[in-house]
Amino acid sequence: MAGYADSSEAKMNLSFDVVARDFAAAGEVSSKIKRVLRQIGLPSSITRRAAIAAYEAEMNLVIHSVGGKVLFSVYPDRIVLQTVDDGPGIENIELAMTEGFSTASEEIREMGFGAGMGLPNIRNCSDDFQIKSTPGKGTELTVIIHIR
Amino acid sequence: MNIADIAEAIGAEVLTGKDRLQETVASICGADLMSDVLAFTKEQTLLLTGLTNIQVVRTAEMLDLAGIVFVRGKRPGPDLLRLAEEADLPTLVTRLPLYEACGKLYQLGLKGCSEI
Repeated sequence: MAGYADSSEAKMNLSFDVVARDFAAAGEVSSKIKRVLRQIGLPSSITRRAAIAAYEAEMNLVIHSVGGKVLFSVYPDRIVLQTVDDGPGIENIELAMTEGFSTASEEIREMGFGAGMGLPNIRNCSDDFQIKSTPGKGTELTVIIHIR
Repeated sequence: MNIADIAEAIGAEVLTGKDRLQETVASICGADLMSDVLAFTKEQTLLLTGLTNIQVVRTAEMLDLAGIVFVRGKRPGPDLLRLAEEADLPTLVTRLPLYEACGKLYQLGLKGCSEI
């Protein structure tokens, strides 16, 4: 992560707290990120991919984690989106990356989420995708989207 | 077709985003799973759904959707309508069930997301 966290050349660095199970606020962070990207004037295809990845990642924090952060940086050549949470971590990442696999509750499914498409969709929106997780500790997700 | 034409075709009432009704709709998606909408829908798509929680508006916002039609006469609450107004997003409500609303629009030549 050290390379990505280097802020010296970043045009912008933003950090947002995400509260677990706060469904009224869920999506606010991604909405802000999308507005910022639009203001920068990036092509809509790039803004859209970043917004989808941010929203899926933010929803994952709200639905699955005990709370965490979304870190968002824009560099001259790339967008870096990271989520860091304090648990509970993912037991089997390979399984979590499988389309259709979900551990979401019935309550979450009734809200229209938990179809097991979140992580695969984030990967599809990314040029580079990394996920590291330690059960009992937490999960760290990094998404890179090239600007050119 | 634009949103105003579609509203007429399925007898829908416009709730928000009245200034965007002349915008062209590129395709239609009918779904209650926002996870699938996020994975498969293209921009300028009109979403028909039976879900009325605010995440539907968030989803539409992220995907640059053309608007949302709530089916089966389900009216969203004030929180959703406020968020849709803020996002300048057209929302409509029709009494038709999902299948019938989609069927009528398909007959009029509007394509699905995998066809455009």
